[in-house]
Amino acid sequence: MKPYKFLPHTADVRIEAYGKSLEEAFINSAYATTDVVTDHSKVAAVVEKEFTAKGENQESLLYDFLEQFLILIDADGFLLHEIKSLEISGNKLSVKCVGDSYSEKYSVHTHVKAITYQEMSIVEEDGKFVIKFIVDI
Amino acid sequence: MTRPNQTEKEPIELKKISDNVWEIPKSGEMKVPTRIFASEKLLEKMKQDRSLGQAKNVACLPGIYKYACVMPDGHEGYGFPIGGVAALDVKTGGISPGGIGYDINCGVRLLQTNLTKEQMYPKIKDLLDALFKSVPAGLGGSNITVTTEVLDGLLNNGAKWAVENGYGNQDDLDHCESNGCMEQADASRVSDKAKNRGRKQLATLGSGNHFLEIQYVDEIYDVETAKAFGITEKDQVVLMIHCGSRGLGHQVCSDYLREMERTFPEIIAKIPDKELIYAPAGHKLCDDYLKAMSAAANFAWCNRHIIGHQTRLAFKKVFPDVELKTVYDVAHNICKVEEHKIDGEMKKVYLHRKGATRAFPPGHPELAEAYRSVGQPIILPGSMGTASYILVGTEEGMEATFGSTAHGAGRVMSRHEALRKFKGEQVKKDLEAQKISLKSASWKGVAEEAPGVYKDIDEVARVSDETGIGRKVVRLRPIGVIKG
Repeated sequence: MKPYKFLPHTADVRIEAYGKSLEEAFINSAYATTDVVTDHSKVAAVVEKEFTAKGENQESLLYDFLEQFLILIDADGFLLHEIKSLEISGNKLSVKCVGDSYSEKYSVHTHVKAITYQEMSIVEEDGKFVIKFIVDI
Repeated sequence: MTRPNQTEKEPIELKKISDNVWEIPKSGEMKVPTRIFASEKLLEKMKQDRSLGQAKNVACLPGIYKYACVMPDGHEGYGFPIGGVAALDVKTGGISPGGIGYDINCGVRLLQTNLTKEQMYPKIKDLLDALFKSVPAGLGGSNITVTTEVLDGLLNNGAKWAVENGYGNQDDLDHCESNGCMEQADASRVSDKAKNRGRKQLATLGSGNHFLEIQYVDEIYDVETAKAFGITEKDQVVLMIHCGSRGLGHQVCSDYLREMERTFPEIIAKIPDKELIYAPAGHKLCDDYLKAMSAAANFAWCNRHIIGHQTRLAFKKVFPDVELKTVYDVAHNICKVEEHKIDGEMKKVYLHRKGATRAFPPGHPELAEAYRSVGQPIILPGSMGTASYILVGTEEGMEATFGSTAHGAGRVMSRHEALRKFKGEQVKKDLEAQKISLKSASWKGVAEEAPGVYKDIDEVARVSDETGIGRKVVRLRPIGVIKG
């Protein structure tokens, strides 16, 4: 199973991410979002980050979770490589991840301005989680 | 686990009002009709996405006056369509962050020079190199880092802060929408998250469709007005800066969308699209958002103002005797408290312009003194490699669109498709064949912004001119581009 894919959208980027668990689908959503900026697999694993997020429902939890990576890029120059652990409990989550500080060795395509609620959905079907969302770039 | 997006795609009933003006009559929850300013060709493009359905949704907002308007370059956005204009009463309406957009006060600044294109061509590569060094693009951080205290002062005072700190001059402020400062701004209403996102991004271009472009005057349609704008002859070189409030503005929008979502679940339950959430007038959250959005707008004005200053220094390195004067700076993603005549009565409204430019007529009291007799300059950037325009505001526009017109070309092709169709290197070669030099932080970005992915800017300018919402004054063509 491909972890995520990009679908056509006139002005922005439409993402579909998959997982055998909700956690895995969240993680793949974060990798896809990072890939809009730079190929996450090529980022070195030298800086560790931890954060928590809290929503009122699953969608807002996803929104706040993904937004945190945008804040890390702008505020700390942090590019994600790998999510080491993600624990979701109800509408809360905690994350441990690793990546690197931005430098010119990383080829950057574009910024992501924001995560949006437009057409966002989180669906479980036959033990497979599918997350759809659009990021504003 | 989630409800489907309820924005209608098709079919939508359209009534022709006059050439290039269409109406979606009031139906269902709509409080007013929708007016679309588009040629048949531009309208066809709008029908292919959710623009029209989103415009219908806007018409359902409380306290909305006259029409929800869509500008000629309209396309699908979040909540509001891009190119959406709506006037909501300051007592019975409210403010919707989706009616402004994530990039608060994304806008354009134009500077005129005393150079001609013949002087520019032999030096364009040197100039682009100098500009590329002085204006960081892509993920590159700012050359200016500010403490929280300094940032707060900047957010409260806008471009005035920049002049007080040695960037640019009073003349720049005199030639800027709102003189580069929204008075309502209050930095204490901006979260630390937002401040941290913006702290290292002052005077940076960012990415996406943001750019810095050296252009020349290709055609003058209205000699007198052009002269008032400082455009005196064909081939005169000008400089255009297109950027916004960077991460700070994006986070302000996001913070308040989330806060409104938490505070007004009953509104969420009623509206067809979550991104259309609004804070009702009179609620603290409405006032707080206006203050925070104004602070983000001030950040954007500071950005363009300081970039203008850095640009002057870069130009001086290549052309020691050059003079660059600001023609104007306009926002195209903003909400302002304005007064408009509605049914013969002056009403105070929250005027939302999302991907739409203010277009005030001659004599408007809010206009800079220099332009009060001729009307407000409107800067309409094209896409990479195509023309851009300077238009002027009109009385007809005041009546038809609350003093608003288009903001640029508007995308028609997805970035995804653009990447399949174009290669950055080839786009650069094609541009060079047209004598347009290019420098970019990203090849992929160049392909995504290829000229073919945008609507026809000439068509957008023509419709604005023919419907009278913004009259053509000058057409510009590019010589060199720095793409963010």
